[in-house]
Amino acid sequence: MTQLLPPLGAVLPELVLAISALVLILIGAVRGEGAANLITGLAIAVLAAAGVLVLLGPSVETVAFNGSLVIDPFGRFMKGLAIFGATVSLIMAVDWQNREKLARFEYAVLFVIATLGMCMLVSAGDLIALYLGLELMSFSLYVLAAINRDSIRSTEAGLKYFVLGSLSSGMLLYGASLVYGFTGSVNFEVIATEVKEPSIGLIFGLVFVLAGLSFKISAVPFHMWTPDVYEGAPTPVTTFFATAPKVAGMAILIRVVMEAFPHIAHQWQQIVAFVSVASMLLGAFAAIGQRNIKRLLAYSSIGHMGFALVGLAAGTAEGVRGVLVYVAIYVAMTLGSFACVLTMRRQGRAVENIDDLAGLARNNPLMALMFGALMFSLAGIPPLAGFLAKYYVFIAAIQAGLYGLAVIGVLASVVGAYYYLRVVKVMYFDEPADAFDPMPTELKAVLAVSGLFTIFYFVYPAPLIEAAGVAARSLF
Amino acid sequence: MTDWPILSVVTFLPLVGALFIFVVRGDDEVAARNARWVALWTTLVTFFVSLLLLPNFDSTAPGFQFVEKKAWLGDVAAYHMGVDGISLPFVILTTFLMPFAILASWQSVHKRVKEYMIAFMVLETFMIGTFCALDLVLFYFFFEAGLIPMFLIIGIWGGPRRIYAAFKFFLYTLTGSVLMMLAIMAMYWQAGTTDVPKLLEFGFPSGMQTWLWLAFFASFAVKMPMWPVHTWLPDAHVEAPTAGSVILAGVLLKMGGYGFIRYSLPMFPEASHYFAPLVFTLSVVAVIYTSLVALVQEDIKKLIAYSSVAHMGFVTMGIFTMNEQGLQGAMFLMISHGFVSGALFLCVGVIYDRMHTREIAAYGGLVNRMPQYATVMMIFTMANIGLPGTSGFVGEFLTMLAAFEANTWVAFFAATGVILSAAYALYLYWRVIFGKLEKDSLKNILDLSPRELAILVPLVFITILFGVWPAPILDMTSHAVNAVVARTDQVAGAVKSALLLTF
Repeated sequence: MTQLLPPLGAVLPELVLAISALVLILIGAVRGEGAANLITGLAIAVLAAAGVLVLLGPSVETVAFNGSLVIDPFGRFMKGLAIFGATVSLIMAVDWQNREKLARFEYAVLFVIATLGMCMLVSAGDLIALYLGLELMSFSLYVLAAINRDSIRSTEAGLKYFVLGSLSSGMLLYGASLVYGFTGSVNFEVIATEVKEPSIGLIFGLVFVLAGLSFKISAVPFHMWTPDVYEGAPTPVTTFFATAPKVAGMAILIRVVMEAFPHIAHQWQQIVAFVSVASMLLGAFAAIGQRNIKRLLAYSSIGHMGFALVGLAAGTAEGVRGVLVYVAIYVAMTLGSFACVLTMRRQGRAVENIDDLAGLARNNPLMALMFGALMFSLAGIPPLAGFLAKYYVFIAAIQAGLYGLAVIGVLASVVGAYYYLRVVKVMYFDEPADAFDPMPTELKAVLAVSGLFTIFYFVYPAPLIEAAGVAARSLF
Repeated sequence: MTDWPILSVVTFLPLVGALFIFVVRGDDEVAARNARWVALWTTLVTFFVSLLLLPNFDSTAPGFQFVEKKAWLGDVAAYHMGVDGISLPFVILTTFLMPFAILASWQSVHKRVKEYMIAFMVLETFMIGTFCALDLVLFYFFFEAGLIPMFLIIGIWGGPRRIYAAFKFFLYTLTGSVLMMLAIMAMYWQAGTTDVPKLLEFGFPSGMQTWLWLAFFASFAVKMPMWPVHTWLPDAHVEAPTAGSVILAGVLLKMGGYGFIRYSLPMFPEASHYFAPLVFTLSVVAVIYTSLVALVQEDIKKLIAYSSVAHMGFVTMGIFTMNEQGLQGAMFLMISHGFVSGALFLCVGVIYDRMHTREIAAYGGLVNRMPQYATVMMIFTMANIGLPGTSGFVGEFLTMLAAFEANTWVAFFAATGVILSAAYALYLYWRVIFGKLEKDSLKNILDLSPRELAILVPLVFITILFGVWPAPILDMTSHAVNAVVARTDQVAGAVKSALLLTF
């Protein structure tokens, strides 16, 4: 049944983001460059408000715009997470903007627009909405990567990201058109009812769609842009890249395979399992030789997406719950890690080598403690949060009988532990280098919250796991 | 029975101490002194609280005691703690050794004392938790978490090759353990729970048992450590500070043996019978090979480390005989080795603090200047060899007895290990203690200080006490051990009768 007026209440967060973005551009245009700090502050408030609206949104599944947007607990969880990531990474950019004299009002506006794209992406109920959301998000990100336009590295990162991103969008579109051609619809639910048997054309389409989405979560073999973009883009932008878009990309990947192709699960499970194994192994081995902390974290994020996909490969509600828990904990850990990377400044200049962290445990014991805990957590060592994240995806894989995948996964995590330990080694075992410049308050707060969450998550893990369970079940 | 959660108190008390040390402020010298005292008092109080377990413990009662259960990871795992005759001795051993470890670091550790003490307190919590956990996930949690403080202890306060040793220690143990984690998950889906008492009753299908057993074996064999995955141990021991070696040899190695007795045997009895010959072979190789390697060592700590591997060979041999003597012997040997090897490392620490070298060749004739030290060292050397009258004898004798019943050849080869152990231990003692005091650097070496005496004398006392009166430990463990033996026998009997029926 067609509705004249969509249920606007359900898409309120998106509306708020869209209108605010326009208003913020106007303010910026009227008041000029001097308004950057004001607009950043307003953008943070808008993002936080959107986050609250998402959490207050309807808990029953609501469909808007004739099935183009689906508002359900799964979307609520992932949107909340993406907005959280975006908000915190924008907060972390405040001090950096002023120090690097890069205070431009477009920066915050682009954050808001990208977040709007993510919200649409997470809620997409058909391939058109998916593409719109994806491009809205991606174009903002391309510009953000190149925001420091006087820096060669930054512009190079932006260009690289743009060219490869366009390629992946093309693949996604091609796949979407194949799916449309073979099923006669772009709506996920209709596709699901049409597709009972795998056919060769449909599989082709599915592969191309998954390839396009894998690019967004930087899963192997579509990861090539990640280290260069992470390294070249300004660090607060990298923080953003490492958190919110990953959440949104993972969300839409799960939604597409679960809602549009539930009957040919066996076909996409193979693809997801392969991508997962390849990402875990590449993430583990390629990171070993890295000297730059941002590149290291880039490979680490590739590996972590591989671990999260282990849960999706299981194809069960437990598996999806595992992915959600994993992504949530991953976002928390990543924000803390980048707070440390942002703090790595000497005499006003940013340094990025792992060796620059030498002896941090003596110059700044608290920061070293938190960063060390984050590294152990990323390696998946109990009692830290990262262990529980891995626990929930692997238990789903074991349940689904994916023993080979699980064994490769845990062994890759051991290899990965090596390079995380190396960071700890540099901080704790090596002789101290010069101290870093004092840490800005907001970074201190982010690091403290992230570190304490990572260390003490095991004390009361139930709420996150239950929320993820509710969200995961809403897809089934 | 007490109604307060005594096991949780024992487990988490050290963490409270760590928190105190963490918040202590002041300039370096004062903060270091405070950290030392707080750590010492915490470990002492923990020890005394853990002693409260003894009068309330009924060694004849079946099942677990002092049980606590709380919801934790939702449907997947619960916070379930409890002890029986197998785990209680290890809990006491841990709390008993910790004050010595703190005292041994009193003067030898002078950089970053605060962090050092915090690492040890956190480590103690994880060690006690490992032995008390009655849920597999909780067990894994504590078991693995202990890696972090130990990694830091070796890496920060260790010797010249400390970084290599710390990485090797961490990655070896982690590799073994992650496979166990997958096995725990598979057990959860098969049995629907990770609760240890329920799993002890559960019969896993034979084909699955093989894989589960191998996964657990990967973890425990590295931790024990068994030949050929023992190579991390000499490195870790040599580079670790004295207290780190004491805890490593005294407690961490015992987690492997404890794991075999608590999990592998009763949960996978068929696989245990199937793989027993493999374990015997590895044990015998460990006993003979590592004893020979110990003979040629130039470094005192390395020699003791290899002797630990050899002793753990006796332990695994005893465990997999799967009879009462074997398991009792293995338990006793582990407890005894816990304080004897700890004491030996403390003895090495005494001369290392004076001379800052562990080269055997740098010493000689110490008896002339250090008669007390020579006496103490003599007793521990004898206990290490397994001389009757010392605690080392009881365990070795029982495991040999059991091995003789299970397989004469295994007992024969293990017995040669006893001779070799006498050879390397006495050879070491001769080179370090006896002879003429010729080296100039040793001319002014001092005998044991009151602090060192206070550390070593209780250990001497307890070594001889349990050597002549082993009953307290054997009584405590016998019922729990018999339950394990009954469980494995029952399955072995079932397998045999099934075989008879088919023929």
